[in-house]
Amino acid sequence: MIELQNVAYSYGGGELLSDMTLTLAAGSFYFLTGPSGAGKSTFLKLCYMELIASAGSVSVFGQDVRDLDRDGVALNRRRIGVVHQDCQFLEHLPIAENISLPLSAAGRAGDAQNLDELMAWVGLRDKAHRLPAELSGGERQRAALARALIMSPDVVLADEPTGNVDWEMSQRLLTLLIELNRMGKTIVIATHDLNLIRMAKNQVNARVLRIADRRLQLAGAGL
Amino acid sequence: MSWFQSDSQADRIVPPSGFTANLTTFAAAAMAFLAVFALALSFATGRLADRWSAELARSSTVRISAPEGQIAAQTQAALNVLNTTPGVASATVLGPEEQRALLAPWFGPDLPIDTLPLPQLIDVIEDGDGFDVDGLRLRLSAEAPGAVLDDHTRWRRPLIKAASRLRMLGFFSILLIGLTTAAMITLAANAALAANAQVIRVLRLVGAQDLYIARAFIRRFAQRAGVGALAGVVLAMIGVALLPEASTAGGFLTGLGFQGFEWIWPLFIPILAAGVAYWATRYAALRTLRGLT
Ligand SMILES: Nc1ncnc2c1ncn2[C@@H]1O[C@H](COP(=O)(O)OP(=O)(O)OP(=O)(O)O)[C@@H](O)[C@H]1O
Ligand SMILES: [Mg+2]
Repeated sequence: MIELQNVAYSYGGGELLSDMTLTLAAGSFYFLTGPSGAGKSTFLKLCYMELIASAGSVSVFGQDVRDLDRDGVALNRRRIGVVHQDCQFLEHLPIAENISLPLSAAGRAGDAQNLDELMAWVGLRDKAHRLPAELSGGERQRAALARALIMSPDVVLADEPTGNVDWEMSQRLLTLLIELNRMGKTIVIATHDLNLIRMAKNQVNARVLRIADRRLQLAGAGL
Repeated sequence: MSWFQSDSQADRIVPPSGFTANLTTFAAAAMAFLAVFALALSFATGRLADRWSAELARSSTVRISAPEGQIAAQTQAALNVLNTTPGVASATVLGPEEQRALLAPWFGPDLPIDTLPLPQLIDVIEDGDGFDVDGLRLRLSAEAPGAVLDDHTRWRRPLIKAASRLRMLGFFSILLIGLTTAAMITLAANAALAANAQVIRVLRLVGAQDLYIARAFIRRFAQRAGVGALAGVVLAMIGVALLPEASTAGGFLTGLGFQGFEWIWPLFIPILAAGVAYWATRYAALRTLRGLT
């Protein structure tokens, strides 16, 4: 699905990420951990083509990212559901429309059958007509997750999707992602929440990646 | 992904912006208003030019003033010259009755034409290509010294030319108005794109292609320009309709306006304005989006 070969990235200063090689296979489930500022969000941005690697190559669905034009990037992004750490919405549209935005952008505005179910699952059914600014931080995160899933993407990249929600809601969201993984989707979750990782490991074959000292490591089974 | 597919959400992805929206609509209305007057000017001057050149009817007059005894001979000589001149379709000697009719407006019907030393008139009709005026004059002066070729075109041509120029200026003004509208809309669209950088970012992140993003701006501006132009056209048409009736004297200013089917033409202006807005916004949006990565 997504393949990184000796990837490095720097925002201009020194290298933030160095020599990362990883293949995200179809149907795999990964957690991404590491200290704050280690570069987890940066890593995910490389995966969904918001950033271009300074060295090495990233290929998404078999295509080298550097060979893609803007429209090619857009087409590939439709197959990747992203939950951003700072969930970004169109602030003038109600939350339901924000969640179905990827469908509209893909010219599939009519395919919104899943919208209700998805909104119910993330607990936002009765907030459908609120504007994003009228939601709490956790509600925004849940909405961002729903938006990431509306296209039934092949890959879900979630940056701290449970950062602002209580444990019960975290479990609920994780269950949703595990369900998707069982349907064959590739899931990557960046998180600090060790309880979440433990809970997932009981249910799926989740691997834990750790970014430390600019490198990507496969964390041991000790968690 | 049809352009006409109704996806109301696609139209609303750009937040509404009351003030600039109203400015665009107003500017389109003002431009359309001006365009209607430029169009009326073009039509009026066009009509004038057509009428004047039709009135020339490709005709001129040869006037023969000679001592009593020579008139008949010189008339015959002039006719011979005319009939052998390429470009002359016909040359007809006007009889006393016709001459009297020509003079009646000035001297009354009872003019004793036989007793007056009036010149004999020959009505000359040109064929399609017309004749060589200077050459004909030379030959006439040789064969019939009393014959004078009176060429109406001499003094009417500049008027016709002026009228045609005025018509061209009118069309040129319309072109300028169109280009100005395009420039204005491009500026407004650029401002809108700049103001919505965050919206564009979010759209890109959810997999929107340039055309989808551009379309939201395009539809909006085309709609504003069309609606504004329609209002401007309606106001201007009312204004033109309320101009005083064209008098039969055919003064130029009183003839400013539309006649018959010409009233259809201003109605194309809103469509044209929407079209101009469509292309201007499309150009501006796709260009800006290409620059934003
Ligand atoms: N646009 C940017 N320009 C310059 N530096 C940046 C930019 N974005 C992030 N950084 C820097 O890169 C480093 C890694 O940022 P990143 O957001 O990837 O960390 P993270 O691992 O996601 O941290 P957290 O757990 O706090 O979310 C940080 O030190 C940050 O200051
Ligand atoms: Mg982060």
